[in-house]
Amino acid sequence: MFLDVSCLLLFWMSLHHVFGFGLKAGHLLWRLCCWIVSVVSMNWFINGGILETKAGMLGDGGKMWLKCLEKVSGNSCKIHHLYYQYIGSMRIRKTWWRKLLVAWIVGWIAVSVWIFWYMSSQAFEKRKETLASMCDERARMLQDQFNVSMNHVQAMSILISTFHHGKNPSAIDQRTFARYTERTAFERPLTSGVAYAVRVLHSEREQFENQQGWTIKRMDTFEQSPVQKDDSVAEALEPSPIQEEYAPVIFAQDTVAHVVSLDMLSGTEDRENVLRARASGKGVLTAPFRLLKTNRLGVILTFAVYKTDLPSNAMPSERIQATDGYIGGIFDIESLVEKLLQQLASKQTILVNVYDITNQSHPISMYGSNVSDDGLEHVSALNFGDPFRKHEMRCRFKQKPPWPWLAITTSIGILVIVLLIGYIFHATMNRIAKVEDDCHKMEELKKRAEAADVAKSQFLATVSHEIRTPMNGVLGMLQMLMDTELDATQQDYVRTAQDSGKALVSLINEVLDQAKIESGKIELEAMQFDLRAIMDEVLALFSGKAHEKGVELAVYVSDGVPEIVIGDPGRFRQIITNLMGNSIKFTKKGHIFLTVHLVEEVMDSIDVETESSSQNTLSGLPVADGSRSWVGFKIFNPEGSSHTPSPSSSDLVNIIVSVEDTGEGIPLEAQPRVFTPFMQVDPSISRKYGGTGIGLSISKCLVGLMNGEIGFVSIPDIGSTFTFTAVFSNGCCNSNDSKPQKQRLKNQSNTMSSRFQGMTALVVDPKPVRAKVSRYQIQRLGIHVELVLDLNQGLSSISNENKAVNMVFVEQEVWDRDSSISALFIYKLQQIDPVTKLFLLGNSLSSSRTNTATSGFYTPSVITKPLKASMLSASLQRAMGGNKGNPCNGEHPSLSLRNLLAGRKILIVDDNKVNLIVAAAALKKYGADVVCADSGQKAIKLLKPPHKFDACFMDIQMPEMDGFEATRIIRDMESNGHIPILAMTADVIQATYEECQRCGMDGYVSKPFEAEQLYQEVSRFLQPTSSVNL
Amino acid sequence: MDVLSQLQRQLADFLASLYREGFVDDQFTQLQKLQDESSPDFVMEVVSLFFEDCEKLVNNMAKVLEQQVVDFKQVDSHVHQLKGSSSSIGAARIRNVCIAFKTFCEAQNREGCLRCLQQVNHEHAQLKANLQSLFTLERQIVAAGGTVPAMQ
Repeated sequence: MFLDVSCLLLFWMSLHHVFGFGLKAGHLLWRLCCWIVSVVSMNWFINGGILETKAGMLGDGGKMWLKCLEKVSGNSCKIHHLYYQYIGSMRIRKTWWRKLLVAWIVGWIAVSVWIFWYMSSQAFEKRKETLASMCDERARMLQDQFNVSMNHVQAMSILISTFHHGKNPSAIDQRTFARYTERTAFERPLTSGVAYAVRVLHSEREQFENQQGWTIKRMDTFEQSPVQKDDSVAEALEPSPIQEEYAPVIFAQDTVAHVVSLDMLSGTEDRENVLRARASGKGVLTAPFRLLKTNRLGVILTFAVYKTDLPSNAMPSERIQATDGYIGGIFDIESLVEKLLQQLASKQTILVNVYDITNQSHPISMYGSNVSDDGLEHVSALNFGDPFRKHEMRCRFKQKPPWPWLAITTSIGILVIVLLIGYIFHATMNRIAKVEDDCHKMEELKKRAEAADVAKSQFLATVSHEIRTPMNGVLGMLQMLMDTELDATQQDYVRTAQDSGKALVSLINEVLDQAKIESGKIELEAMQFDLRAIMDEVLALFSGKAHEKGVELAVYVSDGVPEIVIGDPGRFRQIITNLMGNSIKFTKKGHIFLTVHLVEEVMDSIDVETESSSQNTLSGLPVADGSRSWVGFKIFNPEGSSHTPSPSSSDLVNIIVSVEDTGEGIPLEAQPRVFTPFMQVDPSISRKYGGTGIGLSISKCLVGLMNGEIGFVSIPDIGSTFTFTAVFSNGCCNSNDSKPQKQRLKNQSNTMSSRFQGMTALVVDPKPVRAKVSRYQIQRLGIHVELVLDLNQGLSSISNENKAVNMVFVEQEVWDRDSSISALFIYKLQQIDPVTKLFLLGNSLSSSRTNTATSGFYTPSVITKPLKASMLSASLQRAMGGNKGNPCNGEHPSLSLRNLLAGRKILIVDDNKVNLIVAAAALKKYGADVVCADSGQKAIKLLKPPHKFDACFMDIQMPEMDGFEATRIIRDMESNGHIPILAMTADVIQATYEECQRCGMDGYVSKPFEAEQLYQEVSRFLQPTSSVNL
Repeated sequence: MDVLSQLQRQLADFLASLYREGFVDDQFTQLQKLQDESSPDFVMEVVSLFFEDCEKLVNNMAKVLEQQVVDFKQVDSHVHQLKGSSSSIGAARIRNVCIAFKTFCEAQNREGCLRCLQQVNHEHAQLKANLQSLFTLERQIVAAGGTVPAMQ
């Protein structure tokens, strides 16, 4: 899961230049992760980038973004690399992505804080700028207005100088001045009053006082009580003390008429003002003070009036000398500023304060509420034309600054987005981790399930083995019980018990197989084997049952099938045995016909076979048409299959085997589940016939392992035909390896056929199918076969001079049809050629016996079906050798054993003396020449080639050197030739058998010997000695 | 002849009881079948060989089991031998004990092993006595001029 995601991401990575931005969250997430790790310094870019992505903006920003991507892609590739290394270890990766997440979030919190700060500072700057511009504007206006007023005052000074001092007598008196000033007050909106004080020296005081009619009064006391509003107070003022000079007010505007006669030089503030004014020749301002009447803040502007026009660069002393008087204007600053502010639109927004800051440490407020506020403030300097006095205007916003909502929303927005991305990342990683955990859990569970499965198989294997061992005991006991004297009922019981036991053992074997198949433990061997011999074995296995039921059994192997193929004979036999077992179980009459063909042959004959009539069968009963069972096989529809049958080009042999029976067939509704394990047609079947229903499923699996297919066709009450294909290698082509084994296989057929090579046989049989089977078996002995349909034809064929017919095989059915013809046939046969042997091919022993009894005279030997090459050869030998012993093939095993073992030199190896003696005695009894060895080493010494032993029986469990080891050494020593070595074992289990095969042993026999089993094994390797007479 | 037939009946009964009580099984029959003119005392030879072998093995096993640290592998191999030879002569009871003995060996159960060893000893003694009387009977029959009937 995780890998998939990362692969996907990588894929996106590789395409991102082409496709631009993926909208896929995972991709974006991954990209962002890369940036934050690789280019922390490029935060700004990302920031911009994010905003762009968010707003969907492109253009310049987008280009920059792309550039940035290109720059980063190198880095991110490296990171990808690292990332892949990381995923190797989950633990590392977990901590890694957690750290990354924390870094991501912390980084972005910092970024958003920075953005907030940046934006709010921008806003602040802007506000400050606004304030500054507003403040400066006000200051300038104030200054301008003030200057205008000041100019008027100055103009007035010129007026006075002209009309008062320049004329004698003066053209102006108090009344004139008052009226003039009143009427020109509109020009001086800011001055509340104007007054003129004349310079009076002390020497002139008296004269002046007299002239004016009032004494010069001092100002100090006046100043001490400025709040007094009463005009009459002025009268009570003290006369000015004696001074060097005086500056009594002589003219005043009505508004300030109370200051007339006051000596301006007596007030400290005014004196200073006056002195400065006359020295500088410019307008001079006082510090702000409370105006007498209005109680508002004001300043007094003072100009000196000179007698003469002075040059602008006149010395102060000259100016003082030239001074005539002083004109003063009272400026009401507060109203001045108020009027000014009223003219401006945005007076509400800002708060203006005007200060006199001549004394830096103690600024004097001239206007405005003195609210100290730490907020934003702008200071503009004011120049009222007095260099000595300094003024400034301080502006503030009335309202507090508004919250920087834009900055807040922006940064919070970014934060939210980042947190969301972080959350997505977290959730993704969690999800991935969870999925991985789940995956691990699943794997764990899978492992456990597999372990359980293995345990199950082991359990099954163990249990099966454990059951088999005691079951063998049970079966043995039952066999013994059968040998004791029992009445009919008891015998029946015992037989039933034995049958059940056998059924149980075979069931266990099947279950074991199923378990092996399920756990996939079945592996096919690849060894050379004779397919026809396998068929014979199967036939032998079922011949007993077939006899009991009176069912005809036959096998036919096409000539095209190679003699020796490479494959797994055991499993092949198992499949056929399963199918045959089923057939024989459900067939009560008729036949069971096993055929083996090459697939190619069948393909060629498809059209021909379909027209075969139902009469053309082995037993004459109708059968299910086998061709329908394999028409669906892939091998017959090459366009749909990968492996077309091409044995000619390769060594592969495609074999098709079919088992045809005339049983009760499979009900149509049950046909689809025939190959399902443990499925039977219905429960009554298992009660009736036993079995588990596992055999066909095993067969299907095995066929599948052999690259084949299995199919069937079944018609209720007519019969079933099962067909399967299998692919083997041709054993004849690559015979370089395992030479001895091949030789051994060859020997078997050679010895069988050598004796009868070149002979000719006549088969009398009206049924082509059956005749074909007989011919096949007889031909295997190297005998040339001719087919005729009835006895008369046979006779004519024999009487043909050109041919020497050595033997005649007559079908029992033909023989029994008319005994007179049969008798005639015998008679003629003996006349034509007395050497010719006559055999009857009979279905069962009993029928031939009855026939023998009735025919009365010469009785031909009866060969009981099913025909088998080996059995045929034995019968023929007997007949040829003149020995007319019991020709049936149901010989007692011990007799056969004697037949096989007589005169053989056999080595027995066992460390257990008792076992050794018993085994030796048993084999001696069958006529064998027995040599004993009590250890593996001795056996090796004895078997050092050249030796004369025909076979060796070897115990497996021996101290020092076990049987396997010894066999291996013996096999290594063998340069040519192959001595059959059979293991002697007490527990006859699969594993041991396989081990035997692996070590070069040829088989195993049970210990102590069981005649039947011994015969079975020995007969595989030793041919009956022809010299032996029974 | 009367004595002879009586002896023969006695022998048959005795043999039947041996089978019935499971002292011997089919393999013993097989063994008897192997006896013929060329080796008239075959069964007795084999059986006495078996008893010797058995005694030796039992003694060995007893020794091994007495030790502080029991080498179960060794015991197992002895039991295996005993099992092999007992099944060879058809001493069914001993063989059955051996099967149990083997499982105890595999489980490394000392107690069980000792118990089985005792059982083997016991069975061995019983079988020995039984077979001795069987052989005595047979010898008596032969001495009386009769033949030992072949087993069915």
